[in-house]
Amino acid sequence: MADTYIKHKYEPILPKKDEWPVVKLSKNRKDFVRKVADASKTSVLEITAENMDLLREELETTLYREKLRMKQNPWAVDPDDEKEFWGKVKSSLVQLSADSSLTKTQKKKKYLEILDDITMRYSEEIASNFVHTHYKVTRRIVTFGFSRLLNAARVKGFKSIFSNQFSLQDKIQIVGETDQIRELASKGTIVMVPTHFSNLDSILIGWIISVLGLPPFIYGAGLNLFNISIFAYFMNALGAYKVDRRKKNLIYLETLKTYSSEALQFGVHSLFFPGGTRSRSGMIEKKLKLGLLSTAVEAQRANFEKGEDDVIGKIFIVPVTINYHFVLEAPSLIQEHLALTGQERYYKESDEFSTSYKISKFLVKFFTKGSDISVSVGKALDVLGNYVDNEGNSIDRNGRKIDTKDYFLYNGKVTVDAQREEEYTYHLGKRIVEEFHKINRVFSSHLVAFTAFQMIKRENKKMDLYNLLRLPEEDVVIIYNEFKEECQKVLDKIQELEAESKVQIAPHMKMDIDSIIDHGLANVGMYHAKRPLVKNSMGNIETQDLNLLYYYHNRLHGYDLEKLF
Amino acid sequence: MDMTSKNSSKEKSVGVVGMGSFGTAIANILAEKSKVIAYVRRSEVVDEINQKHTVDGAEINSEIFATQDPEYLCKACNTIFFMVPSSAFQEVIRSFSPFLYPYHLIIHGTKGLCLNLPKGKTLEEMGKISRENILTMSEVIMKETVVVRVGCLAGPNLARELYLGQPGATVVASKYNEVILEGQRLLRTDKFQVYGNSDIVGVELSGVLKNIIAIAAGALAGMGLGENAKGLLISRGMVELVYLGNALGGSLKSFIGLAGIGDLVTTCNSTLSRNYTVGFRLAKGEKLDDILNTMEEVAEGVNTIKLIKAFVEGTGMRAPITENLYKVLFEDLKIEDALQYLMKYPFSVDVDFL
Repeated sequence: MADTYIKHKYEPILPKKDEWPVVKLSKNRKDFVRKVADASKTSVLEITAENMDLLREELETTLYREKLRMKQNPWAVDPDDEKEFWGKVKSSLVQLSADSSLTKTQKKKKYLEILDDITMRYSEEIASNFVHTHYKVTRRIVTFGFSRLLNAARVKGFKSIFSNQFSLQDKIQIVGETDQIRELASKGTIVMVPTHFSNLDSILIGWIISVLGLPPFIYGAGLNLFNISIFAYFMNALGAYKVDRRKKNLIYLETLKTYSSEALQFGVHSLFFPGGTRSRSGMIEKKLKLGLLSTAVEAQRANFEKGEDDVIGKIFIVPVTINYHFVLEAPSLIQEHLALTGQERYYKESDEFSTSYKISKFLVKFFTKGSDISVSVGKALDVLGNYVDNEGNSIDRNGRKIDTKDYFLYNGKVTVDAQREEEYTYHLGKRIVEEFHKINRVFSSHLVAFTAFQMIKRENKKMDLYNLLRLPEEDVVIIYNEFKEECQKVLDKIQELEAESKVQIAPHMKMDIDSIIDHGLANVGMYHAKRPLVKNSMGNIETQDLNLLYYYHNRLHGYDLEKLF
Repeated sequence: MDMTSKNSSKEKSVGVVGMGSFGTAIANILAEKSKVIAYVRRSEVVDEINQKHTVDGAEINSEIFATQDPEYLCKACNTIFFMVPSSAFQEVIRSFSPFLYPYHLIIHGTKGLCLNLPKGKTLEEMGKISRENILTMSEVIMKETVVVRVGCLAGPNLARELYLGQPGATVVASKYNEVILEGQRLLRTDKFQVYGNSDIVGVELSGVLKNIIAIAAGALAGMGLGENAKGLLISRGMVELVYLGNALGGSLKSFIGLAGIGDLVTTCNSTLSRNYTVGFRLAKGEKLDDILNTMEEVAEGVNTIKLIKAFVEGTGMRAPITENLYKVLFEDLKIEDALQYLMKYPFSVDVDFL
């Protein structure tokens, strides 16, 4: 299974768009937004324990932070009436605290009204604008446009532009449990959790979802991406709802979580990038952001509470890894990572994805030169991290069917217990990380980067990471024969891990070791101005950028391969 | 939690697995509030409990019903207390595993450790071990069953005193608040106070590691040494317990609580304690094998010393009390020589862990 790339196009599991959960949701948008606002209000009230002083404090904090954000960090996407809205909130709050003529109940009513206005505004702001026609256009652009580019590059001659010899699926290979996800998507609700290395991921995943014949998934995309018009168009078309990372106040966060939870309960398949943002270090995410993940646990419990005990109310977590030879943003990501962990060094962020021009340039490069991407779809899990079979039954370690509902029972009844769900979310996060490592596919480029960096580290045992990365690049040379020997050692160990199903290996790794190394050197970070690894005129290995080498090396972190050195 | 009273006809029993002295004492406390089903392995004990309402001749609450059938117990109970020695724990848990479901809550009261070695290896072959090779009982439960809501019971709970209904207290530790609340709901009486702690591994380790010090305390008493020596041992023992406990993943807060200091002081002063007795008889010149063969119940400390010594060697830490006790137990070092060694050991700082 792991070796076969899935190349055929699947029939859509729901041919009529009216049956798509995301379309149903967008038809009910108005009611849904209202529902989210109400539910968020309830949960904010629960957190403040119906204590009006606490609520007032929460409202004031929110107002203060929002005013600060508008002043210090305004964005192009921010709506024009923001100042007006918060101005109104301010005057209501001031009036209310000054007014001594009101009774307690009247005051409470007024505070609730303000809270209602805010949750309603946030809920409206977060809600996605899925438009089916846009979705169709986008899908066509992605598949048609990209495959034209691809064929233009690979098929020589005049007719190249009309050739269909290569399709996008030659470029982006899909492996793993594709049949299961299709099966389960028609029965219950899917939460797809992919690793996140590049801004391209969301578009890539959107395309894969459509190739697999699944209806569109909704997902939370950083509001900053909506600043760039080309992205905004794609995102809206793919069912993105907006996550504004500048807003850290309780009311916003609650509304955001409620939105996700309610959408899952509505039956809309969702996509979470559980790392929160792109992996800065190039490592597979180890610590997941549990906020969004907790909404999957919450929605599952809510479904059980409503008595939706069969598979229709079940939520399936599907881990996905995206494997690249090359990540466009790598130079700035790794610098941010080092600045953050190394402290003494600071790099100003320069985001390669900042303009549409740069993105287009990358896309042309990507499709005209040979760098492949593979996407592995993992086995589906229930919200406690148990594997599920194709019928959607949870299966325990001993192969016994178990009922996920049992995890939420106390004395035979489904009970709400926030602390319990927090632990469950933490547990689920750990399970997802385990699965990521198992379905991660090793590429030749990961192998050479890992081996080279570990050899350099071994040569300079006494240096800490930051000193090591400051070595002058021209001083670092690895003799090819030694390099080859070490690569073979690492490869052997990786094959051992594969035999134990602890990792997967791309088919191009079946060549002889010299060819694997050549393939790896040709591909590792291939479009960077400074290459992480090159062969010099003597045939030995050199690096032009140690930071980048470190970044690509990190992809094999977490398998204990360091012990080989 | 009131929902239980609403349909009391459907209210389930509480399970107790293992009717050793501690299991029996806990079953008795539980029976004050709930119907109790006890699991025992030997059929003559089943008959004794169900017909005479005694265990080993000692009277128990007549509401306690005994069975040999794990499936029956698991179906009849939502909450189950596992009170079996660590040497039998894995096997017993495995026999229950097919009948346990995620709705079950499990609380255990076993103050011992299990080995988790790669297939086909023994501790002797491994020599040194690391944290992954050691399982606390809650980790055994999580490994062998689908139950996640797991808790443990620890503290100064000499079975004899509990059985006599003397005042006392215990700690229920779990990552899940609901398990702590359930433990309190079921166990708390006028004479029995129940504290909660979320650091389950720390609380388990407190109970486990204090047994090492208890053996040493027994040995000091057996040699006829006085209270000064005991005070010295308890405080140095505490330091060792904290360091080992931290290395194994527990938090300091738990070690200085009821399950740590509380239990340590009790066990080091009590001739009722099995581990204390082992040390006492060793000092009187008996051989370890003879002592273990004539004891009715397991002294967990002996096995714990074996495991912790291998762990200490694996991490490169020092644990002078444990290391010297190991030599006394398994390498025929004289107790007097061990004591000499400890007196010369260059401890210089009184307390350096706070």
